[in-house]
Amino acid sequence: MTSHTTTPLEYNTEQSQMNILGFWVFLGAEIVLFSTLFASYFVLEHNTADGPAGQDIFILKDVLIETFILLTSSFTSGLAIHSMRNHDKKGLLIWMIVTLLLGAGFLYMEINEFIHYVHEGATIQTSGFTAAFFTLLGTHGAHVTFGIIWISLLLVQVYRRGITEKTSSKLFISSLYWHFLDVVWIFIFTFVYLKGMVM
Amino acid sequence: MSWDEFFVTGDPLILASQIGIGLTMVGLIALITYLKRWKWLWSEWFTTVDHKKIGIMYVLAGVLMFFRGGVDGLLMKAQTSRPELDILDAQHYDEIFTTHGVIMILFMAMPLLIGIMNVVIPLQIGARDVAFPKLNAFSFWIFFAGAMLFNLSFVIGGSPDAGWTSYFPLAGKEFTPGVGNNYYALSLQIAGIGTLATGINFVVTIIKMRAPGMSWMKLPIFTWSAFITNIIIVAAFPILTVALLFMTLDRLFGTHFFTVAAGGDPMLWLNLFWLWGHPEVYIVVLPAFGMFSEVIATFARKNLYGYKSMVYAIAGIAFLSMLVWVHHFYTMGNSAAVNSIFSLTTMMIAIPTGVKIFNWLFTLRKGRIQFTTSMLWSLAFIPCFTIGGVTGVMLAMAAADYQYHNTMFLVAHFHYVLIPGVVFAVFAALYYWWPKMFGFKLNEKIGKWHFWLFVIGFNLTFMPMFFVGLDGMSRRMYTYAESTGWGAWLGFSAIGSLVMAAGFAALCYNIYWSFRYASRDVGNDPWNARTLEWSTASPAPHYNFAVVPEVETLDDFWYKKKKGETGLKKADLKPVHMPSNSWTPIVLAGAFGLVGFFLVFEWIPLAIIAAVGIVIGLVANTFDYDDGYHIPVDELEEEEREWRGDLE
Amino acid sequence: MSAKSHGFPWNLLVGYILSIVLTLLAVFIAFNTDFSNNIIIWVIGILALFQAIIQLFMFMHVTEGKEGIINVINMVNSLILALIIIFGSIWVLTSGHASMH
Repeated sequence: MTSHTTTPLEYNTEQSQMNILGFWVFLGAEIVLFSTLFASYFVLEHNTADGPAGQDIFILKDVLIETFILLTSSFTSGLAIHSMRNHDKKGLLIWMIVTLLLGAGFLYMEINEFIHYVHEGATIQTSGFTAAFFTLLGTHGAHVTFGIIWISLLLVQVYRRGITEKTSSKLFISSLYWHFLDVVWIFIFTFVYLKGMVM
Repeated sequence: MSWDEFFVTGDPLILASQIGIGLTMVGLIALITYLKRWKWLWSEWFTTVDHKKIGIMYVLAGVLMFFRGGVDGLLMKAQTSRPELDILDAQHYDEIFTTHGVIMILFMAMPLLIGIMNVVIPLQIGARDVAFPKLNAFSFWIFFAGAMLFNLSFVIGGSPDAGWTSYFPLAGKEFTPGVGNNYYALSLQIAGIGTLATGINFVVTIIKMRAPGMSWMKLPIFTWSAFITNIIIVAAFPILTVALLFMTLDRLFGTHFFTVAAGGDPMLWLNLFWLWGHPEVYIVVLPAFGMFSEVIATFARKNLYGYKSMVYAIAGIAFLSMLVWVHHFYTMGNSAAVNSIFSLTTMMIAIPTGVKIFNWLFTLRKGRIQFTTSMLWSLAFIPCFTIGGVTGVMLAMAAADYQYHNTMFLVAHFHYVLIPGVVFAVFAALYYWWPKMFGFKLNEKIGKWHFWLFVIGFNLTFMPMFFVGLDGMSRRMYTYAESTGWGAWLGFSAIGSLVMAAGFAALCYNIYWSFRYASRDVGNDPWNARTLEWSTASPAPHYNFAVVPEVETLDDFWYKKKKGETGLKKADLKPVHMPSNSWTPIVLAGAFGLVGFFLVFEWIPLAIIAAVGIVIGLVANTFDYDDGYHIPVDELEEEEREWRGDLE
Repeated sequence: MSAKSHGFPWNLLVGYILSIVLTLLAVFIAFNTDFSNNIIIWVIGILALFQAIIQLFMFMHVTEGKEGIINVINMVNSLILALIIIFGSIWVLTSGHASMH
C-alpha cells in the first residue's frame, strides 16, 4: 500500500500498479502488431490485381463521420475516468455507456462501409490490396468489438461493487485500451483513407 | 472426409507411433486412476499458479519435445547415412525436417528456457511469485495446447511439410493442399499467445518485484538477460501473430497476401517471418548467456568479470537483433544497398558477442575452477559456440552468402550456434538449479557420461556438415548419389547423432536414478553460490522467502554468507499473502486448443461452438474477485525450522 | 494529475477540440492544397503523430504513476520498432529485383 493522498485510487495497491504497467507493456506489443499490419498494407496497397483501388471505393463523408464518432468516444471515456476519480459512480457509468454507444455506432457504420465495398466488387479475396485493407480494418474493428463487450462486463462490476481499488484499476485500464484504439484509427484514417484518396 | 483421410495411414513407422501413443495414453490414464492421483494432479499441478511448479511443467514438456524432435533428427540422419537409401520417402522426409525445426525451436528451446526462467527469476530477485500468477499458468497451458496440437498432426491429418520457415508459395494452399500447414499456422499462433503473455509477465515482474535495495546494477546477470529477452518477446511476437494470421487467411479463407497472381507478394511472408525469426534467435540465446554467466561465476569462485559490460552487451545485441532480418534472404535479389546495410548490421553483432566471450574467459582466469557437470557444459560451450559465431560472420557477408545460402554449411552453422548456445545452457542450468527445484542433485558421475557423450556426439554430427556444405550439398535433400562422395561424411554424421542420442539417454537415466537414489540432504546452498535463490530452502518453499530479503550489493548472498548474516529472526515473520489456484487457465487453454483443431480441418461451425468456451472462460475470469489467502506465522515458522534449525 | 481531477476537465476538452481541428486540417491539406503528394503525406503524417501524442498525454496520462518514465521509454521504444518495421519492410520489398513494378 502506498499513500492514498496524491495518486488516484486505481494506483493504490502494488497489484493495481503492476496491472496498469503490464497493460502499457501490452500496448507496446499492440503497437508492433498494428505496425506490422500497416507495413503489409503499404507493401500491398498498389497491388489491386483486377479489383478496385482505394480511391475507387472510399467515401470521405462516411469515413469522416466514423472518425468523429471515435474521437468523441475517446473524449467521453476520458470524462468517465474523470468522474471515477471524483468518486462519481453515476457519472462514470453514464459516460462509459455513452462511450460504448458511440463505439457501437462506429461499428455499425464500419460494417455498412464493408458491405458497400463488397457491392463495389472489393471482397477480402479480390487482391493483395483488399486482403491487407480488410485485415487491417478488421483487426481494428475486432478490437472495438472486444472492447465494447469487455467494458460492458466491467460496468456490471462497477454497478454491483461501486468504485473500489479493484474496479477503478480495471476501468482505468479499459480506458487506456479505448484511447489506444482511437490512436490506431487516426493512423488508419490518415494513411489508409486520406492517402488512398489523394494518391 | 473419410476416416482414412482423417488418420494418417499407409506408413508402418507412423502406424507404430499411433499404436504407441494410444497405448501410452491408455496406460497413463489407467496408472493415474489406479494410484488415485487425479485429484492430486488437478489441485497440485493443473490448477496451480505457483511459478516453480509451472516452471517444472515447462521443463517436463520441453524434455518431452526434445525427445520428439530428436527422433525426427535421428530419422533424418538414418535416411542420409548412406547414398540412395529409402528408409523415408521424399514426402515423409519433408515432414520430418519441418517438424524437427518447429519443435526444436518453439516447443523445446522456448519452454525449457521459459521454464527455467519461471523457476529461477522470482527466487533470484527475492519475490514471492511473478506479477501475474494466473496469467503465468495460462501461458503454460496455452503453450502446451499449441504444442499438443502441433504434435497431433503426424497421426491425424498429416504433418506440415514446407520447412520450419514455411515459405510461400510452397506453403500456400495451391502447392500444399493438405491440412499440415494449417496445423503449422494455428498451433504456432496458439502457442505464441502464451509466449507474449510470458513476456509481459516477466517484464513487469522484474521492473516491479525486485527485493528492496536491488537497484538495476545489482540485478543478477541471469535476471538481466531474462529481462531483455522478455522485452524482445514483446517486441517480436506480435509480428509472428500477424504473419500467421495472413497465412491462416490465405489458406482457410482464400485471401491473396502471398499469391503473386492476385497482387500478393510471397516475399512479404519471408520479410515478416524473419522480422520475428531473427529476434527469436536472440530470445533463445540471451537467457542461455545469462545461465552460463551464473554457472561460470559460481564455479570459478569469482565475481563475474565485466558485469556492466555484460549488461550493455546484452542490450546491444537486443537492439541489433531487430536490424538484421534480411540476412536470412540475401538471395531474394535485393538491391546492393539493402544487402550491404544488412551485412554491416549483422557483422556488428559479433562485437557485443565477442565482449561476452572475453568476459567469460576473464572470469575463468585465475579462478579456482570446480569441474562440476554444469561447469563442464559452460566450458564446452565457449569453443563450440565460437565456431558457430565465426561461421556466422562468414555467412553475414551478402556476396559470399550466395555460395553458402541453403547449403549444409548453413545447417552446420546454426546447429553450432543453437546447440551450444541453448541446449548446453539448458543442461548446465538443469544440473545447477535442479536441487533448488527438487531438493536433490542430479548424479555427477552419470552427468559426466551425459556430458562427454553429448558433446562428442554433437561435434561428430555437425562438423561433417560444414564440409559437405562447402562441397555443394544443399539442405533438405532427402537423398544423394554415390558419385557425390558425401557418403563417408554423412555416415560419420549419422554415427555422431547416435552418440548424441546416447548422451540424451544418459540424462534421462540420470533423472530416474537421482529421483530414486540421490541424497535428499543437500542444504539450501549446495554449490556455495552467489545469488538470492540459494538463501532459501531446497526445494524452495511455496512462499519462496519467509522474510523478503534486503539487498545491499551485487551477489548480496555471497557477502552475507561471509559476514554470517543469513539467519532468520523470528520477530521479522509476518503472514504471507499467496494467490489461490485457478481452473480458468487450463480450461481456457483447452478451449483455444479445440478451436485451433477445428479450424485446422476448416470445420467452422464447430470452431465457433468451441470459441464459446473461450468467451465463457474470459467472462468467468473478469468476474473472479478471489483475493488469495494468507499463510499464518506459525506455519512459516514451522517450515523454516525444518531446515534452519532454531530461529534467531 | 489528481489535483486537477476535481475541477472541470480542461485538459480533456482541449485535447478533444485539438484532435477535431487536426483531423479537419489534415482533410483540408489533403484535398484543398496544391502540395505534391509526397509533402501531403509527410504533413498529414506528422499531424497524426501529433494527435497520438495528445491522446497519450492528455487522455491516457502516460507519465502518471510511479512508472511514468518507464511508460514513456516503452512508448518511444515501440515507436522506434514501428518505424523499423514499416520503413524496413517497404525498403526491403520495393527495391532491387524484389520490386515487382
